[in-house]
Amino acid sequence: MSVKTLTIDGRPVTGRAGETIFNVAWDNGIRIPRLCHVGGLTDVGACRLCLVEIEGQNRLAAACLTPVEEGMVVRTQTDRLREHRRLLVELLLAERNHVCSVCVMNGACELQDLAAELGVDHVRLRYLHPKLEVDTSHERFGMDHNRCVLCTRCVRVCDEVEGAHTKDVAGRGTLSRIIHDLDQPWGESDTCTGCGKCVHVCPTGALFTKGKSVMEMIKDRRFLKYIVTARERRQWILQEEK
Amino acid sequence: MTIEELCERQQKELERQASLRRRIACCTAAGCMSCGADSVRRAVKAEIEARGLANEVEVCGTGCMGLCSRGVLVRTSDDGSLWGQVTAADAAALVSEQPAASAELAARRIDTNAAFFTRQLRIVLANSGVADPERLDDYIATGGYQALAKALSEMTPEEVIAEVRRSGLRGRGGAGYPTALKWELVAKQKSTPKYVICNADEGDPGAFMDRSVLEGDPHRVLEGMAIAGYAVGAQQGFIYVRGEYTLAIQRLQTAIRQAEREQLLGNRIFGDNFQFRIDLRIGAGAFVCGEETALIASIEGKRGQPRQRPPYPPESGLWGQPTLINNVETFANIAPIIRNGGDWFARIGTPTSTGTKVFALAGKIANTGLIEVPMGISLREIVFDIGGGVPGGRFKAAQTGGPSGGCIPAEYLDTPVDYESLAAIGSIMGSGGLIIMDDQSSMVDVARFFMEFCMEESCGKCIPCRAGTVQMHDILSRLLRGEATRLDLEMLERLATLLKETSLCGLGITAPNPVISTLKYFRHEYEALLAGAAQEKCHERQDADH
Repeated sequence: MSVKTLTIDGRPVTGRAGETIFNVAWDNGIRIPRLCHVGGLTDVGACRLCLVEIEGQNRLAAACLTPVEEGMVVRTQTDRLREHRRLLVELLLAERNHVCSVCVMNGACELQDLAAELGVDHVRLRYLHPKLEVDTSHERFGMDHNRCVLCTRCVRVCDEVEGAHTKDVAGRGTLSRIIHDLDQPWGESDTCTGCGKCVHVCPTGALFTKGKSVMEMIKDRRFLKYIVTARERRQWILQEEK
Repeated sequence: MTIEELCERQQKELERQASLRRRIACCTAAGCMSCGADSVRRAVKAEIEARGLANEVEVCGTGCMGLCSRGVLVRTSDDGSLWGQVTAADAAALVSEQPAASAELAARRIDTNAAFFTRQLRIVLANSGVADPERLDDYIATGGYQALAKALSEMTPEEVIAEVRRSGLRGRGGAGYPTALKWELVAKQKSTPKYVICNADEGDPGAFMDRSVLEGDPHRVLEGMAIAGYAVGAQQGFIYVRGEYTLAIQRLQTAIRQAEREQLLGNRIFGDNFQFRIDLRIGAGAFVCGEETALIASIEGKRGQPRQRPPYPPESGLWGQPTLINNVETFANIAPIIRNGGDWFARIGTPTSTGTKVFALAGKIANTGLIEVPMGISLREIVFDIGGGVPGGRFKAAQTGGPSGGCIPAEYLDTPVDYESLAAIGSIMGSGGLIIMDDQSSMVDVARFFMEFCMEESCGKCIPCRAGTVQMHDILSRLLRGEATRLDLEMLERLATLLKETSLCGLGITAPNPVISTLKYFRHEYEALLAGAAQEKCHERQDADH
């Protein structure tokens, strides 16, 4: 397998051919912010937080979808990128109802972490505060659309790992939302196996286990790594989480 | 059909048409149809039969004649007169020996020597308004399918691509990518099967170029696609046409059926070893499906959402196979290029933007309609000579490229219309929508209109486009209500940069263009709408008095 040598943020690093900039950076301790990416699922490049500058290219590139190339010079932390990322997180915070103090994920939320990491101390945009439904029809889980960031991790884990494809996206633009089967209540879904993988990959409090109140909810997505290594290497071991 | 048979059919049809005393062509494109073209055609037909002139006079439907604002349009073949606002009541006069003898009809005769007609150069629209789009023989009479015959019998695929390269043809969908380069990319891919897709998901507000081409000359597009299929090594083509274009869909279905019956499509075309099928795919009303990767996803039966490029479709497109995607107008240019040679085409227009461009003229302009002009013509000629000027007002700006384009102010009226010049002044060639605005139009309102369009058409996949368009629309709406502050204006510009630099696909990347270009040329209109702007003015006056 050929090895590619490149520079990320001034550091010489190496990666395997076909590996993404994102993975190579994280393997080398360079943390690129991300929201729609989660190790073990196909990347879609939707959140745009992992955008990086590549020397010689006009357009910014999504690190999670761009394979490393020999001699590439990548910058992940420039003023322009920081500003863009900050505004992207502000857009998300203003889009729906992300009120941390009453959220089950307060303190363990990836959106909250991102906001802290990127220095979002206030939101310069107008809060849209849509009134969206909370689906608690499922026996064990609930979905609060008000806290959904439409990263589609749940859609992908349901399709790619569980193989059920219960979830998908309906509507477009800001009216997009996650649906179950043919847009029916979660509890009435014929295909949902109740495995709960979607709940554990969800970065925010949009998907939750019933009965958990504020700050009680702890998510465990090690299963994903188990399954992926089991599939790829036929070994039931836990690799380091990325 | 063999090539000899094709020539024979052409000869026969030409003779038949020449033997007629008069051919009455009634525009049956969507615009005139909505004004009652169908009843006009039926009334004329009934009149012909009532007078027993079926062997001498013929009525036929045709594609768009251009001057849509004067529909229903009818052309009588003996002296080429064009009549406007025709109704079924005019049938008798049209069939009579001297149509102009009817004072009522004579008053509605359209001067075909006017600049609207003489300044145009029709290549793509050459058959529109002349040939019946529902009759294969009409297309064959104009030399149809001879380019395909020539390509198959006399040229190798490489030679076809070389001819297109010589023509300098660039993609008419808006971005202007060199067509031959795209064909080459697909042709050199080893993987098979390969696909050819015609993008007919025309969605810009006010644009109807592709619709008119499909309604007026569907066989031309099929022929262009088949030639492309031969050049790149594909055996299957798809036309992705938007569901709202019912007439275009119907005529395409008719044309495909006719072409298949005569073996101009399907297996062993012209007895050659080349096979090519074309199928229709109907869009379900999403603007974003005009973006090539979203269009491909839609044909695959998936949710019509774009994906990251690269890989580009020539490498990995439909079902992961090499795929050529071109716009309707691009394919419509192929047959004339093969027939007349690439050098002929390259002589038209400017050195870097060759050929002609079809524009849909709309807005505050006298001659609303469809025009085709050589590249390099100035905007002034289009607006004032061909378009007949701005009725009852002063020209303020022209909007090109729809929601992805920009506004061009009066001081740039002499800019030549080509890809580079339009880009240099912050607009784009676009697919051909051209909306004229007079001094009554608020440019902030125009920007808000296009932003609303993008907001509603965003697919929702990436954050900047999904949430950013909503915030930009919100700021523009507040500006118009006089509630926005200078900070909001700064944020509007900040968001414009964000969308441009971080969006996933062309929709989001170009969505801020109308805002950026109006801010560039009409910033004072934004400033005047800021909350407290009136008060500031008042204070200035008071200071001056003091």
